[in-house]
Formats: sequence, structure tokens, C-alpha cells
Amino acid sequence: MSMNNQGRPTRPETDDMTNSETFTGNRALQIEEPLIFEGGDMDGTGVDLPKPKGSGNRLGGLERQSNINLPGLAEPEAMRHFVRLSQKNYAIDMGPFPLGSCTMKHNPRLNEKMARLPGFGDIHPLQPVSTVQGALELIDTLATWLKELTGMPAVAMSPKAGAHGELCGMMAIRAALEARGEADTRTRVLAPESAHGTNPATAAQCGFKVDSIPADASGRVDLDAFREKLGPDVAGIMVTNPNTCGLFERDIRAIADAVHEAGGYFYCDGANFNAITGKVRPGDLGIDAMHINLHKTFSTPHGGGGPGSGPTVLSEALAPFAPIPYVVSGKDGFELVEKRTQDEGQSFGRMTAFHGQMGMFVRALSYMLSHGGDGLRQAAEDAVLNANYVLARLKTEMTPAFEGTCMHEALFDDRFLADSGVDTLDFAKAMIDEGYHPMTMYFPLVVHGAMLIEPTESEAKQELDRFCDALLSLAKEAKAGKVGKFKAAPVHAPRRRLDETGAARKPVLRWTPPVSDAASLAAE
Amino acid sequence: MRYLPLNEIDRAQMREVIGVADIDELFADVPGETLNPSLNLPDHQGEFQVETILGEMAAKNRAAGAGPFFVGAGAYKHHVPATVDHIIQRSEFLTSYTPYQPEIAQGTLQYLFEFQTQVAALTGMDVANASMYDGSTACAEAALMAKRITKRSRVVMSGGLHPHYASVTRTNSELIGDDVIFAPSSPDGQEDILDFIDEETSCVIVQTPDIFGNVRDLTPVAEAAHEKGALLIAVVTEIVSLGALKSPGEMGADIVVAEGQSIGVSLNYGGPYVGLFATRQKYVRQMPGRLCGETMDAAGQRGFVLTLSTREQHIRRDKATSNICTNSGLCALAFTVHMSLLGGTGLRQLATLNHEAACDAADAFSAIDGVELVNTSFFNEFTLRLPRNAEEVVEDLAQRNIIAGVPGGRLWPDEEEMANLLIVATTECVTSQHIEAFAAALKEVL
Amino acid sequence: MTLKFTEDHEWVKVDGDVAIIGITPHAAEQLGDVVFVELPDTGKTFSQNDDMAVVESVKAASDVYAPISGEILEVNNDIVEAPEKVNEDPAGAAWFVKIKPSDLSELDKLMDEAAYKEFIG
Repeated sequence: MSMNNQGRPTRPETDDMTNSETFTGNRALQIEEPLIFEGGDMDGTGVDLPKPKGSGNRLGGLERQSNINLPGLAEPEAMRHFVRLSQKNYAIDMGPFPLGSCTMKHNPRLNEKMARLPGFGDIHPLQPVSTVQGALELIDTLATWLKELTGMPAVAMSPKAGAHGELCGMMAIRAALEARGEADTRTRVLAPESAHGTNPATAAQCGFKVDSIPADASGRVDLDAFREKLGPDVAGIMVTNPNTCGLFERDIRAIADAVHEAGGYFYCDGANFNAITGKVRPGDLGIDAMHINLHKTFSTPHGGGGPGSGPTVLSEALAPFAPIPYVVSGKDGFELVEKRTQDEGQSFGRMTAFHGQMGMFVRALSYMLSHGGDGLRQAAEDAVLNANYVLARLKTEMTPAFEGTCMHEALFDDRFLADSGVDTLDFAKAMIDEGYHPMTMYFPLVVHGAMLIEPTESEAKQELDRFCDALLSLAKEAKAGKVGKFKAAPVHAPRRRLDETGAARKPVLRWTPPVSDAASLAAE
Repeated sequence: MRYLPLNEIDRAQMREVIGVADIDELFADVPGETLNPSLNLPDHQGEFQVETILGEMAAKNRAAGAGPFFVGAGAYKHHVPATVDHIIQRSEFLTSYTPYQPEIAQGTLQYLFEFQTQVAALTGMDVANASMYDGSTACAEAALMAKRITKRSRVVMSGGLHPHYASVTRTNSELIGDDVIFAPSSPDGQEDILDFIDEETSCVIVQTPDIFGNVRDLTPVAEAAHEKGALLIAVVTEIVSLGALKSPGEMGADIVVAEGQSIGVSLNYGGPYVGLFATRQKYVRQMPGRLCGETMDAAGQRGFVLTLSTREQHIRRDKATSNICTNSGLCALAFTVHMSLLGGTGLRQLATLNHEAACDAADAFSAIDGVELVNTSFFNEFTLRLPRNAEEVVEDLAQRNIIAGVPGGRLWPDEEEMANLLIVATTECVTSQHIEAFAAALKEVL
Repeated sequence: MTLKFTEDHEWVKVDGDVAIIGITPHAAEQLGDVVFVELPDTGKTFSQNDDMAVVESVKAASDVYAPISGEILEVNNDIVEAPEKVNEDPAGAAWFVKIKPSDLSELDKLMDEAAYKEFIG
């Protein structure tokens, strides 16, 4: 035979991990990446532009003299920089992202493709209305879907995000009170203790005082306490339904009746509308306004914290006060109402420069058309089924905050960790090492050490089983006293726990050149 | 259905584990008569069918890139490098959430830190936040911030401020009982804004280049405002201008708000865009919105976190600086990527090209009989006074596939004297052929 | 010299014409790492229970209320510069403000040390 003993070994020779430190600080696919300003060429640029002709200067003597001092990277450098950064992020495309009330569901790529059609992505908000009839048609079609799904007669499309939608709803309420001559007397807004922070912040931004309503033992609005707080100075109530404990407010119609009887309005926070889309219409429950987070319910991407989009449905009572601009169907096609006319004089005004988040509208409509009415209902049912499955599987080791089933998210408290030395934060950080993004923690505030898990309809059963197995295992380990592991976690993430105290005491909010560089830049 | 992984077998098994026979048992708290309403909506459809429906709608719109295009007034048609769209579609950026768990969100946090640094450098300010919804809402928030700092309740707005920005700011400020004063609009950029500033004034809001395109010297306004204890809020709707013009920070602004769409973000028919918000170090705790800061991890490595959160709604609730919760993360990323490619050098070149196109266009159009250039100075946008109603002219030109600009009647529907004004923007996407075509067509329709 | 406590965890020490005000060690512990303190301007007057100062940790922001009415004579800029001092010595060096009390009878509504200890359990 001919023998060839050249070449590389084909079996691992050791599993010794003791010398795992690297010279670069990199860990194979995890590559450390400096800021673009550290080493980037301050005179360079990664774009090729035509040469200026050197003609004309009408800048009025206000030319920029100072250096901009920002590096320009060549395309390969820029690609590497941002791709390396991307690899330090968790994402819904990698695994479950069970942030309760934030609703991280799958973002279909068809939506992205549609939003990038030049007819949507490359049109200007102020070009002639005759040249954007398809855009107005899209807005009108989306509005029709939203009205049908909510059972409400009108929808304001311009709010830029959920909190902006809340502002829209509360501004409409304020405008309605002004029209009734009661804006000065109705100054109190009721909101449950479990409300998201945006609710009281929004009410305050509209000049209202906020009064908290306690929860009852089942985690819902305490109806008696609520009724007691009603009075002639109440402007309205803000209630999230399903609420932030993942429960449907079963007294919602009684709440609506009572607030209406007292002369106030009912703002419903629609952050959790994804749990009931196609199952029940908020309009049938007596609400006056509700924002819809297109990025939660209708799958537009969260993009690391935005952009959101918060169309706000309005009742007959509030519809006349809707913000401008809005789309109407005229005899020669769609028209855009951009000013308060004589007949429409009650609009509370403008919320944003243009017409809202068109890019998100396209994505949301693409999602809706793909699902259809039947699929949207199925999605809500699957979201609720998945959450209850997680609740059922985890309650053997973890402690549900409330008895019974839940809607789209399962809420646990930290009783199961009592005396273990492990707290909610430690538990969450240990999940990171297991390859999962933690659930929402310490919210809602009404539950001690809250852990709010929302799987959404996007998770397959197999994926949920793996997730539950991991959490059950962690819960057992915590109870078994493996405190050190939890306190140290995460150890496998791109970074260990970060010092938030230090960051807040001496805030460093931007890069500044090292002193020697700064001196030479100043000398230029 | 393609986005729903559960099948009927899964569902049955899961119901059994939960202990319900029917899914509607989980909806038992919903008032029975309202459950499962009949919906007048079509059933689910395949990708191809959805593409067809949406494609037909898109085809009815005239895209900016499909011919001569001169519309600006707060949003601008610029070229976006291919790299930008690729990066923002990476799963790890597109499908991540607000960086609540910093150990597994350093990608987002680091680009936000880079974004903040770029915005501060461009505007000439000390610090910038991690972005707002858009320029107009940033402007409204700046007025509220000035009230918190000065504890005064009168907002003075320049007549050169984009009327939509002015109206958004008024909507917000009047809600909390503030006075809002508008200086009259003066298309040539000469206004006596200083006369409106007094000891009750919380802030004066001035845009540069203004809505008519005039480049405004903010230095005297800053001095006058500071003398009365008021703040100067500078508004920039065309951020590319800062590649050519003195920064608002150099001219004494206390808060700078800007629309960042021009760098990295498509026109998108008005949104999503990215609001820029920068200020002086001493006001940082009065800022709205998210802030990213540098820190160390447990192993002593540099990392980034969201910081100074106690200003925000989730902690401060009704005493928060703003109710804002999201930022415009993905658009901020697009801005950061595009700006990282441009660098200061590229931005200067880009600004020069924009300005030269405007000089050429202004010369060509004002040479036409009856057409008058209103501005004495401008960057990439200027205003023409036409001999007839500009809205009609724009329609006539649109018939000839030229999207000519923003007519005065669109922005000031109630002001007769604005009706003949046409605001024309030129960017690096405007060619000399476009300018010639516009000039020839304008001669025809006048 | 009188030392009194409020239910909102401020302490006030009156010595002649001057009252020194701070937050209790219990409050400092509950807040966690203090990262920011905002103090009023000297010369400003407050009524009992008015919002007077702000103290922030990473996770919470709290108002500090005036335990008694009066005019601000002096503020402790050391804790503005180094907020961590509030955690280190809340009952001593990390006092917040000194005021000139306008109505010493208001002290009667407050708790003495023993009562406060019982109050916080």
C-alpha cells in the first residue's frame, strides 16, 4: 500500500479549558469591537461622490469653520464593524424573546420587502396628493381593518408609537372636555396601580392629575374602590385590557358604564390587544379610545427599541377631535385633510409633522392580509394557548402570581425563590447563560419580584418545551442553593453584569478624543 | 398558516396539559355575547397574493427616484448607500428589543453610543439622546424641557419655523397651559424675533435653514434669549446642512433638535424618521428620551447601558420628563451606518454638492420671466415667488412628471400671501437634466 | 437640641435657629446606590411637606419633603458632587439642607427616635 501520514489530526486531543484566555480578548465568533472613533480615519470617507464644481456660495457667511471630527470608514470596514456589533445582540430570529407586554413575535420578511417598494418607501409626505393615491389607499385600507377589528368608528393614524397614541387619546379626551366646557373642572384621571408608566406620564403631559386604583385579590381593577373614586372632577380612566398581569378585566363593561355615568371617558391601553384580536372588539366593551401598537399586535419589527407606530381608535364621542392630517375618500379619489376647516374645527391639532409611520403601515397591512380575519383570530388563540401552556408547565416549580388561567402572558412572583438567596434579577441573568432572553422582570409593580412571560404565537411547541425545561431546571437549582452560579450569571454572554450605578453617577454619554488627540485636533 | 407553527395535534396536547377542552375556556372572562364576533375581513392569503395587492397600490404612487423631484420642507430625497439597508435588515438589529438586558444587547447599545457621539459632534453640542420619533416631536419636547429648566411658560416661535413643527409644538405646550407666540412669517428670512423675547419667555425656537431655505444666524438670538434668561432651541430639518454651515452649538443654542431622515433613512411618506435631540451637559437630567452611557462589567471590560432612567416614565411615572418609551432605534442605526461611511469629510462633500445644485437651480429658475427668488441666502432649498398660484403650477408640472416642490398653500392654507410661493429643494439626486427639464416645463405652464 | 423623624424618612435636627435636614439610614438603604441629588436654592422657602429635594438611585427617584417650614440657609453641595456619601453617612456628613424654621411647633407632629424605630419595624 502507499502510505500518506501527512496532514492534520482529526480528533480532539484534550478538553482542558484552563488556558482559555486569548490574546485579543476575542472568543472565536465573539469578536471585540472598538468604537468607530477609535482608530477610524478622521479624514477618510467611505462614499464616492462626484467632484464639486467649486461654483456658488450663497450660505450667507455662515460656513462651518470647525472640524466635524467624525471618521469615515471604507465599506468593508463599516460592514465588519456593524456585523460584529450585531453578533452581540439577542434577537427573536435566534430564539424565544419572552418579554411580557412587549410582545416579541416573528417579523415576516415579506413585510420588509413590501415596505421597500419604491411606491411606498420612496415617496414624500408633501408631494402632490394626486401622485400618492396608492399611499392614501393603503392608509385607508389599514384604517378599515383596524376599525373592523376593534369595532370602533374612527381611527387616528398619525401617532408615532404606543405612548404617542396614548397622548392622542388623552388629548382627544381633553379636547372633548373643553368642548363641553368642563376641562377646568375634570382634572383627575384614574389608572390602576399595575399600569405601565406611560399611562401616568401621558396623563400628566395632558395636564391631568393621576389617581391610582388598587387591584383586587384576583389582579384586576377593584371595582368598588374604583367606583368610590369617581366624581365630578374625573376626566376619565386609563385601563390596559388584557391588563399587565396578563388577565382580562372581566368587569370591563361595568367599568365603562360607571365612568360614562360619571361623565368621564374610557381610555383603553391597547398594548395587549394581540391577545384578543379577532376574539372580541373593544368597541363592544364600551371604550372611547385605544391605541394599537402595530409593532406588537401586527408584527412590525421592534428594531432595538423602535420605530413604533400607534394608531388610535376613537369612539363617536371622541372622533370629531381627531388630530390632523387624515385621509378621506372624495369623488376624485382620496384626499388628505391637512388643516382644521370650518366643519372640522374641533380637531385638537397636529401631533407630528406628517402622516404617521407609513413604513409601519405597509408592514402591518402586509401581516394582516397574510393572516386574514381567520388567521388573526388563530394567532390570538395560539398566543393565549402558548402562554397558558407555559403557565401550566412552570407552576410545578415556580409560583404564579394569581390563581387560574391567563391570557397572552403568564405572571410569576418570586415566592418560589424565597430564602434561596437568588432573586428575580439573578434568575433572569441565569436564563441568559441558557441562551434565552429573560422575561420582563419587576413589572408590573404590584407583584413582588415579578416575572412576566409572553411567548407569543410564534413559538412552536417543541421550542416552548425546551424553554420550560430550562426554566424548571434553573428553579430547581436555585432552590437547591446554587446561589453562586446565579449571582455570577451571565458568564457566557458578550459581557458580564454591567455597573449601572457607576454609569449613572458619572454619566459618560459620548466618546471624546483622548487628551493628546484633542490637543492636536484643536491645533488644526 | 405560514407564520403559525402550532398544528392541531400540538394544540390538542397543549389544551390537555392546561386542562381545558376548548380554547374559548381560556377566554371565559370575556363577556360571552361579545366573544368571537363575525368579522367582515378576507381570509388568509399567500405571499404572492399579498405582494400583488400591495404592489398594485405602490404602483399608483410616483416615486421620488422616478424622475425630476424637488420636494423638501422637512424631508429630503438623498441617496442611501446599499450597506445601510443591509445592516438594518440583519436579524440581530431588526428583531431585537429595547436593550433591557445589556449583557446580550451590546450591539444595540454600542451603536446608540456612537449615534449620540455623532449627533453631538454634528450639532456642536455636549450630549445627545438615543433619538426621538422625528424632528417635529423632538421640537415639542424641547419646548417642554425649556419650561422645566426655566420654570417659565411662554414659548416664542420664529415665523421661519416649519409650520407643522410649530403646530405640533403648540398642541403640546397649550395642553399644559403655556402661552405660544408666533412671530409672523417672513419669506426672506428677515424677522424681528428679538422683540418677542421677554422675562416671561421660556424659549425661543428658530429653524435654520428656515422653512423658506434662508440660512439664519442664531448668535444674536442666543445672546438676546440668554440676556432675558430664556433658552434658544435651534431646529434643523435638513441635517446635511451641518456639513456646510456653522453648527447651532457654535452659535449658542441651548437645545438642538433636528430631523435626521436625510442621513440613512428613506422618505417613507413621512415616517418612520429619526428625531435628533442634543443639549448642554448641564441640562442632561432634564432631557426626554433614552440615553446610553459607558460603564464597566463585572470583569472590568468596557460596556454600555441605558442610563439616567429615573427621568423616564417607567420609574418617574407622572413626574417623568416625557411619556416617550420607544426611540427610533432602527432609523438611528441607519443614521449611524450612513454617517460612519460619510465621516466628516464625506458629509462636507455631500453638503457642497447639495448647495451647488441649489445655486444652479435658483439661477435657472429665477431667470424665467415673472419668477422671483425670495432668498438672499440658502443651503439646498429656496423659495420662488411665482406669478400665479403655486399649487396649480405644481399640479400642472406633476402632469409633466416633474414634482416641483412644496406650494405655499399646502403649508399655510389660510394665508393668501403665501399662495404664490414655491419651496424648491435640490439634493445630490438632482441632475442638471432635471433642472433643465423643470425650467423648460415651468416656462410652459406659467 | 431636638431630633425628629417623619413618616417619609426625613430627619430634622433643630439647634437654636437652625434646623438640619437629611434622610434616614433606613431610607438610604431602601433606595440602593444613590446616584444623584438635587437640592433647592438657598433663600427659597418651603412649607411643611412641600417637595424640597430629589434623591435618585438607579432604580428609583424620590422626592424629599420639608419636615418643617422654613427658609433654606445652606445646602450640602458635597452630596451633589459625590452622591455616594448619602449611602455612606446619611445621618451625619450627608445632610441635605439647613433651614431657618418658621414654626417650631410643627415639630410636635413628628416622631422621636424611638417612635421612628418602631415605625420602620
